[in-house]
This record gives sequence, structure tokens and C-alpha cells, in this order.
Amino acid sequence: MKRRLVTVVGLVLVLGALAMAGQPPATPAAQDGFVPVNSLPQAEQLPAAPLLIAAYAFVWVALMMYVWLLWRRMTRVERELADLNRRVQSR
Amino acid sequence: MSRVFAPLAFVVMALFAMAPIIVSHAPYEQTMGLVQKVFYYHVPSAMLMFISAFVCGIASAVFLFKRSAGADRVAVAAGELVVLFGIIVLVTGPLWARKAWGVWWEWDARLTSSLLLWMIFLAYLLVRRYGGPGSEKLAGAMALFGMANVPFVYVSVNYWRTIHPKTSVLMTLGPGMRSAFWFCAVSFGLLYVLLLTLRRRLEDQQAQVERLYLALEE
Repeated sequence: MKRRLVTVVGLVLVLGALAMAGQPPATPAAQDGFVPVNSLPQAEQLPAAPLLIAAYAFVWVALMMYVWLLWRRMTRVERELADLNRRVQSR
Repeated sequence: MSRVFAPLAFVVMALFAMAPIIVSHAPYEQTMGLVQKVFYYHVPSAMLMFISAFVCGIASAVFLFKRSAGADRVAVAAGELVVLFGIIVLVTGPLWARKAWGVWWEWDARLTSSLLLWMIFLAYLLVRRYGGPGSEKLAGAMALFGMANVPFVYVSVNYWRTIHPKTSVLMTLGPGMRSAFWFCAVSFGLLYVLLLTLRRRLEDQQAQVERLYLALEE
């Protein structure tokens, strides 16, 4: 039992040492100071596609909403007009 | 009018369905890349905002000087469309700017004057709606002031220091970009004619309703 425990602990220590040896060296920017660069790497840049899709979607939604509101207003006024015409004729 | 209306509505719907395909085939801009394609909806909307401001201003002038009720109804319809196309310009612009300039908004001459123009016509609509009797004359004067503002907004990019693209950009478009742009501009133009016709018709019907209420009271 004791020997098995020593073997497991030893294995963990060896594997841990190997994993630490395999680590890349720490970059100076991460801990010791900031290194300025003139342009962002491609992967870090703000993606354009969501902004473009949002712009086009907004245009479509705004126009559709306006047409729908116009349609509703026209329907209401036409109904009112028909009702008034009936009342005027019945007098 | 109704004979022309249905085919025109069909053409506008077909053009708007095709516009994203045409835009996707247009070439990318060298420095701005994909986000520059906002241009194909942003600029035609801005053009219609300006045109509608002129329509509203001229119709208001006819109403103020000739007392034409028909011109006043055209002015209201056009004023509402200034606000509609203006909000499209003011929302799509910052979405483009966020990527191209790194900021949503910049208080430069073009952006600030465009916002002011939009606010003048929003105020025009509010005065028309809540101003009470006689407010149409005050609103007409506001529309004239708004129309006078349009040339300043247009040339602001050429005379003041700004990060907004200049007006000369349209003249320098390459063949692929030019055809896509004019396709979208014609689509938006026809949509504008359609919306103005519908909105004017609504104003005519509302005027008729008011006439009938007066006839009933007599």
C-alpha cells in the first residue's frame, strides 16, 4: 500500500516536472510590461460582418415597419371615411 | 394612379430583393473592406433625405405663398419621409464608422449637421401633430429653414475638416461599385416615389374625413 502511494506521488511529480519543462517561456508583455504595436493582429480585429448585417437588417426592418404603420393608418381612415359617407347619405 | 401603383410596388419589391445579391458581388474597398458595403444603402438613404427635405420645403413655400392645401399635404408626406430616411442614415452611418474609424460617432461638421437636419424635420412633424390650429404655417416656415440647411450639410465635408468621405467619392467609384450603387439608388428612389404617393393619399383621405365631419355638424 505504502509502496503504491509512493509510486503514484512519484509519477505525479515526474509528469508535473515534464509538463512545466514543456511550457513556452513567459512573454515579457504578459507580466513585466506592455509592448506597443502599430496594428492589431487579424484575429483581434473587430469583425465587419455583424456591423454590415445589422445595418442592412435595420434598413429592412425600418422600411417594413413604416409600410405596416402606413397600411394600418390607411385602413383606419378608409373605414372612417366609409362610415362617414354612410352617415351623410342617410341624413 | 392605382393602375401604375401595383406594377411600381412589384418592381420596387423585386429590386429590393435583388439588391443584396448585387451588393455582395460588388468589389471590396481596399482600406475599409467588407464594412464599406454599408455605403450602398447609406448613401441612397442620405440622398433621399435631402431630396425629401427639398420636396417638403418647396411644397411648404407653395402652401405659405399660394395657400394651397394640396401642397401642404405633400409637405407633410415628404416631412415624414425625411425623418424615416434620416433615421436610416443616422443608424447605418455609425455602424459603418465603428469599423472604419473605430468610433460610433464623431461630432464633426457632416455628422452634426445631418443630425440637426433630422431634428428640424422631427420638430416639423411634432409641431404639425401637437401645435394646434394654425400650426401648419409655423411648420411650413420650419420646413423652409430645414430645406435651406441641406446645401450646407452636403458641402460640409468639402469645406470643414472631417473624417467623413467627401462628395467626390461618388465620381471616383470603380465600374463594379458604380453599377451596384446606382442599382440601389434607383431602388430607393422608386421606393420613395411609392411611399410619398401612399402617404399623400392618406393625407387626402384625412382631409376628406375632416370635411365630412364638418358637413355632419352643419
